[in-house]
Amino acid sequence: MTVQTDKRAEPRQTRFSSRKSIFSMSADFSPSTYIFISACAFLLLLALWLLVTGVGLLKPIFLPSPAAVLARLGKLAADGTLASDVGNSVYRITIGFLIASVMALATAILIGAYRFWEAAIEPFLDFVRYMPVVAFVPLTILWSGTSDAQKFLIIWIGTYFQQALMFKDNIKRVPPDFIGFGRTLGMSDFRVLMRIVVPSAMPQIWDTLRISLGWAWTWVTLAELVAANSGLGFRITVAQRYLQTDMAIGYILVLGVLGLATDQIMRFLGRQFFKYESKA
Amino acid sequence: MQTQPKLSISHLHKSFSTARSTVKALSDINIEVADNEFVSLVGASGCGKSTLLSIVAGLQTFDEGEVLVDGIPIKGPGLDRGVVFQSYTLLPWLTAKKNVEFALREAGTDPKEISDIAARHLDLVKLAPFADSFPSQLSGGMKQRVAIARALSYRPKMLLMDEPFGALDALTRGQMQELLMQIWQEHRLTVIFVTHDVEEAVYLSDRVFVMGLNPGRIKECIAVPFARPRPAGAQRDREVLELQERVLQSIREETRVEL
Repeated sequence: MTVQTDKRAEPRQTRFSSRKSIFSMSADFSPSTYIFISACAFLLLLALWLLVTGVGLLKPIFLPSPAAVLARLGKLAADGTLASDVGNSVYRITIGFLIASVMALATAILIGAYRFWEAAIEPFLDFVRYMPVVAFVPLTILWSGTSDAQKFLIIWIGTYFQQALMFKDNIKRVPPDFIGFGRTLGMSDFRVLMRIVVPSAMPQIWDTLRISLGWAWTWVTLAELVAANSGLGFRITVAQRYLQTDMAIGYILVLGVLGLATDQIMRFLGRQFFKYESKA
Repeated sequence: MQTQPKLSISHLHKSFSTARSTVKALSDINIEVADNEFVSLVGASGCGKSTLLSIVAGLQTFDEGEVLVDGIPIKGPGLDRGVVFQSYTLLPWLTAKKNVEFALREAGTDPKEISDIAARHLDLVKLAPFADSFPSQLSGGMKQRVAIARALSYRPKMLLMDEPFGALDALTRGQMQELLMQIWQEHRLTVIFVTHDVEEAVYLSDRVFVMGLNPGRIKECIAVPFARPRPAGAQRDREVLELQERVLQSIREETRVEL
């Protein structure tokens, strides 16, 4: 009896799932379909851009054609401008981000583990976190002119305060029994922190790093837009001055690609570092 | 000649303070546990059994009283007391064997012997083939077996277990109980076992301490007279069932809801 009903129910089940449209909620389709949909969306936007500029709907000074943007980027790549601009920006974000991250991690360990330092430091971090980074730009120029230090400072202000609080949260999420385990081995508080708590939180800390690195791209561009004589942001202001819209758009696209690339690299590295998390 | 108890707790009091009030968690606890004895603490949720174990482990402080191990007052946690927690506490970035080695290294074991001792203890919990597996690749029961191997590896005088099988399914739990019995019989050490599973407590223990509620206290100590080794199916014997019933009654008296 039960076998019979099972048999009858089964084909209906499969028919139901095979009919499920790709537009239904949490639809299930293959990774290749996923990539295909993503690629189509990109191509659609590109086609729209080609169409609008192709029929002369908009003047090139407002929106140049994809070909013009590509040609401009090609020229800038050929004469080395692009490489040096990318190099300058990457250098600034690397240094600024590293300083912020190291300081934020140290702060997070301190306030995550010691109630005294939490009470002393966290309210201040929370307070500064709500101050808009852009409001600090004039101050940073006053303090350090248009040097690289000013860029580091803006990146630092933009990321350190957020990171410190997020890292602290990552550290706080380590189960208390992990700490208890360490203490039963007679480990000192500091040793428990360094050998158990921080390594346990590392996958989450890495995620925080990846997310905050995305923001850092915004801050380095901002710093270069307002006060610089090199870098991707600086070149965009030059483009505006000389009405080279193709260059401005080209550089914005480059920034997008760089952001996406760093995110993918961070994801890839994370998967390598934290292989132990996967069940395989 | 009276032998000294392994663990002696006398007139222990513990309360928790919140901003608004103070709650008495444990009141006048007096327990003596002999060397190589297996005792369980059972009781309804909130009776303070885990708190008591945590105090013996040295992970929590107490207000009054004494906790002596071999006649010496405890000063915080120590290598003489190994702990197996209810939640999985294997370090996820280390393999099963490396987890045991981690504990041995921190315990100051001779580095030349660490690998050998770790391998031997994994063998003891029948996990030698999984020595190089990461915790994410192990089932809940296997993780707790590694945790037991890890806690035993540095030779504590006492094993403190806080509902170690609480998160496991019934079948796995039964296998774990048998394994623990075997290990305890071969290695002879003092075990204090916290559980809310009466069947488990009776099957494993020499004595079962029933704890009462509000405030948490030792209500009754019930001896389990059955001969060892106890076969796997022993939980179903009539006398065993009767004893389980007695323990359950004792717990129920405490948790009776006023209707």
